[in-house]
Amino acid sequence: MAAAVPLFLLVLLLLGSGGWSQAEPPRDSLREELVITPLPSGDVAATFQFRTRWDLDLQREKGTDHYFLRYAVLPREVVCTENLTPWKKLLPCSSKAGLSVLLKADRLFHTSYHSQAVHIRPVCRNARCTSVSWELRQTLSVVFDAFVTGQGKKDWSLFRMFSRTLTEPCPLASESRVYVDITSYSQDNETLEVYPPPLATYQDVILGTRRTYAVYDLLDSAVINNSRSLNLQLKWKRPPESEAPPVPFLHAQRYVSGYGLQNGELSTLLYNTHPYRAFPVLLLDTVPWYLRLYVHTLTITSKGKENKPSYIHYQPAQDRLQPHLLEMLIQLPASSVTKVSIHFERALLKWTEYTPDPNHGFYVSPSVLSALVPSVVAAKPVDWDESPLFNTLFPVSDSSSHFVRLYTEPLLVNLPTPDFSMPYNVICLTCTVVAVCYGSFYNLLTRTFRIEEPRTGGLAKRLANLLRRARGVPPL
Amino acid sequence: MTRAARRAGAVAGCGSAVPEPPGAAMGLLSDPVRRRALARLVLRLNAPLCVLSYVAGIAWFLALAFPPLTQRTYMSENAIGSTMVEEQFSGGDRARSFARDFAAHRRKTGSLPVAWLERTMRSVGLEVYTQSFSRKLPFPDETHERYMVSGINVYGILRAPRAASTESLVLTVPCGPDSTNSQAVGLLLALAAHFRGQIYWAKDIIFLVTEHDLLGTEAWLEAYHDVNVTGMQSSALQGRAGAIQVAVALELSSDVVTSLDVAVEGLNGQLPNLDLLNLFQTFCQKGGLLCTLQGRLQPQDWTSVDRPLQSVQTLLLMVLQQASGRPHGPHGLFLRYRVEALTLRGINSFRQYKYDLVAVGKALEGVFRKLNHLLERLHQSFFFYLLPALSRFVSIGLYMPAAGFLLLVLGLKALELWMQLHEAGVGPEEAGRTSGSSPPFPPTQSVGLASLVAPLLISQAVGLALYVLPVLGQHVAAQHFPVAEAEAVVLTLLAVYAAGLALPHNTHRVVSAQVPDRGWMALKLVALIYLALQLACITLTNFSLGFLLAATMVPAAALTKPSGPRPLCAALLVLTSPAAVLLGSLFLWRELQEAPLSLAEGWQLFLAALAQGVLEHHVYGALLFPLLALGLYPCWLLFWNVLFWE
Repeated sequence: MAAAVPLFLLVLLLLGSGGWSQAEPPRDSLREELVITPLPSGDVAATFQFRTRWDLDLQREKGTDHYFLRYAVLPREVVCTENLTPWKKLLPCSSKAGLSVLLKADRLFHTSYHSQAVHIRPVCRNARCTSVSWELRQTLSVVFDAFVTGQGKKDWSLFRMFSRTLTEPCPLASESRVYVDITSYSQDNETLEVYPPPLATYQDVILGTRRTYAVYDLLDSAVINNSRSLNLQLKWKRPPESEAPPVPFLHAQRYVSGYGLQNGELSTLLYNTHPYRAFPVLLLDTVPWYLRLYVHTLTITSKGKENKPSYIHYQPAQDRLQPHLLEMLIQLPASSVTKVSIHFERALLKWTEYTPDPNHGFYVSPSVLSALVPSVVAAKPVDWDESPLFNTLFPVSDSSSHFVRLYTEPLLVNLPTPDFSMPYNVICLTCTVVAVCYGSFYNLLTRTFRIEEPRTGGLAKRLANLLRRARGVPPL
Repeated sequence: MTRAARRAGAVAGCGSAVPEPPGAAMGLLSDPVRRRALARLVLRLNAPLCVLSYVAGIAWFLALAFPPLTQRTYMSENAIGSTMVEEQFSGGDRARSFARDFAAHRRKTGSLPVAWLERTMRSVGLEVYTQSFSRKLPFPDETHERYMVSGINVYGILRAPRAASTESLVLTVPCGPDSTNSQAVGLLLALAAHFRGQIYWAKDIIFLVTEHDLLGTEAWLEAYHDVNVTGMQSSALQGRAGAIQVAVALELSSDVVTSLDVAVEGLNGQLPNLDLLNLFQTFCQKGGLLCTLQGRLQPQDWTSVDRPLQSVQTLLLMVLQQASGRPHGPHGLFLRYRVEALTLRGINSFRQYKYDLVAVGKALEGVFRKLNHLLERLHQSFFFYLLPALSRFVSIGLYMPAAGFLLLVLGLKALELWMQLHEAGVGPEEAGRTSGSSPPFPPTQSVGLASLVAPLLISQAVGLALYVLPVLGQHVAAQHFPVAEAEAVVLTLLAVYAAGLALPHNTHRVVSAQVPDRGWMALKLVALIYLALQLACITLTNFSLGFLLAATMVPAAALTKPSGPRPLCAALLVLTSPAAVLLGSLFLWRELQEAPLSLAEGWQLFLAALAQGVLEHHVYGALLFPLLALGLYPCWLLFWNVLFWE
């Protein structure tokens, strides 16, 4: 379970929708921050955020025309250093100074979770939005695994994680901070010790729970000590027990059921673990056309009863042109599991349409769940420009709930696959055999043969045949 | 157009819309004169041809064990092509201590120590889930002493780093109520702890410990794929890891092993891809492990004197094992879901040289690391093969002729009967000069068909009774006779089977047949075609079963006729009936395992096998019982009917 919960958390962390800033932002050059979240399992999550803003006279279109809204997803992407290098080059300090010195590929790819993102968006410079700034935000999240990277030890330091320490802030940065989540997991006293002791702490409501962070400002000369490096160390006072970690209020699971290469069923399980509050979820599914969905088999059950979605939008697929699009608004009852399932049939592709590795299977993109999940602690609306960057990833619409967007796992579905090693043999042989044998045997079986004495016909017939031969028509 | 074809076209004289077939063979058949000559040849040489074909089939089969027909196995899949991985597993002590703890906890609780397993799996860093299941068997299983079964499976998932959980591998250990598989659990946990510390995994690995061995595996597989094939009640799975690519089942009963036995035969004779076996075998060779197939040592020297005998024995054992259609280990149930799987059994015999758990663990580590490299499902190598030795195989193209020759006998006999039926009214020499004015076909066919309906229906009904009655009527039987339910099922089975022998040979008296000779010929013709079709279909999917049935049933089917030495024929027919074949196979099997049976033991084993066959159909979905009851037994009854035709 080591990776699953951070995975969920970070998926929301990264994919929660950004909000539009209303007020005019200051034209700072770069803000960078690193958030370190130790988890009770002994793993530790680290999230880098770099934000650059600049003014540009590119005009933004007035309003958003939803007709041009596009959604695309590539369900299979294997991350490697080739993804990291160009991403790093976008940073003003590259990897020479500031927090980005920690971005060493050999450590970052020894983690159990890796997520990398680039967001570009226009930000209004004034209330009426007559001119815009552009914001480039780069985020990178990794989860260090206590079993793999930590060799079973649950105490961490920056050096253990990244094999580097922090020496200086990026000269171009207007803000450069490290936040460490020191929220105590038990009631009585602190469970986590941070060294060096923080000069400041910061409290906020993140994802509906109150969190406390130790703050290290690299621009503050007191932070980087005499040895000219900052090596943050985390020690658990009491080693966290290896119990099943707590589950979030909303999580989901998706799988293909059935066996064989003809039919199957796509099932999505939506878990609401909140003890007493129900909340609605918007479920978006795009399914490739070669899985032919039977929409009449769509069933949604919660607690053994049928759950009628309050809104369904279905756009059928067109072969080779457009995938199925299914969007539903489903109310999840409190502490329940909702199963959404739909039958499909596997289509036969043309033989040039198979991928080079057809026996690997075909990917089906993840479902997307968007929900307003009830909060434990009411959040106050904050000024986004003052608060840390990570805060703006979790927009709060009202005080009682927070927005969450979850992506389920992608699926791998096997389609009926011909044996490509000998298509020529197979096609030629079967066609020949069918053509020759079937035709002749059909002929033999449907006819009766008997010997007839060759008879010369009457005079009239012979004359007729002569005439026919002259005309070039077969004789009677 | 060849001359023959043109002549045939002219002679047929029915405004030929169908284009004339090219080729000499077609001309041969459509030319009435040559056709008649060919027919006469088939009629006259029928008996020698049949004998020749049968002998050729059997000889071909026996020749399968020898080099021109067996080939060396070779790795087809590129991704697992070499054994270039460095095995680092060294957790032998850890495995032993896990095994000791497991055995102690198991003795304390009396069943699978679920809480301990959960705790331990979590402590080595797996994501742990449990699944509870229960199943009421259709009747008490006396071999395993179980009726109402409920248990809990425990499984832990090792999530591959930075991957999306789309593919997975499975390492499973079945824990039966009686089998002591604690060393396998220990090794599984030690391997899990070792694997968890590695960074290179690209596929998730599921470590599964099932209770009630195969029942637990079936429950877990059904829940994983969210289907219900066998009426198992089980809780839904909380955690999944995508499409399972390969599964390996492990059975170890001691700390040290002298050899590892590989089992490949699965449910209904399905086999895993040959590459999986090749992979395991290469790692056995690399680690110097002694590997056996069907519990037999592999011939070290391929040119030694006793090798031929040995490979024939191994081949026969595999054929018997595959023909039984029962899973030869928990891996057999995975195959239905297109998961390539095999079972490894640690054998501890009296040999001097023994291997400890580290050696076994290293072989498994190597296998899993190579499987981790797989880019596609295993598909390159053979799915249909026979194994006379671990490093030799016979491909489908080479063994099919053996069954083909046997089935040819049925075809030849059917052809002969068909011709005799058509020419029965006229003498052989004047058959050619039959004029078109009096065609012999319509009366023949009408007589034949009318007299065929009753025997066909009745024998099928007896087959249906054989399939349904034993399980349905067990309680009635247990109430009225002093027997237990399980005994009642077996005895009902035998009673219905024997009653079938008495019933149908009186059926033709119901209909009045004017031409008695034609009656049985038509019936035998239908029975021959029915048998040939069934055997051909079986042979395509499960060669061993098809061949075994063909080798026994074909001669009796070909020889059966009402005239001639009836007691002799009846004895032959009874000896080759499906049940007798089962009994004979049991004796042959034990003989090959060098543990010969006495008659009484054989009978006991036979009764147990009957019960197991019925049970496996209901519990795992094995198809042998319905196939015999609904397909082959009624067909065999038709021949019985032919024999006693009056």
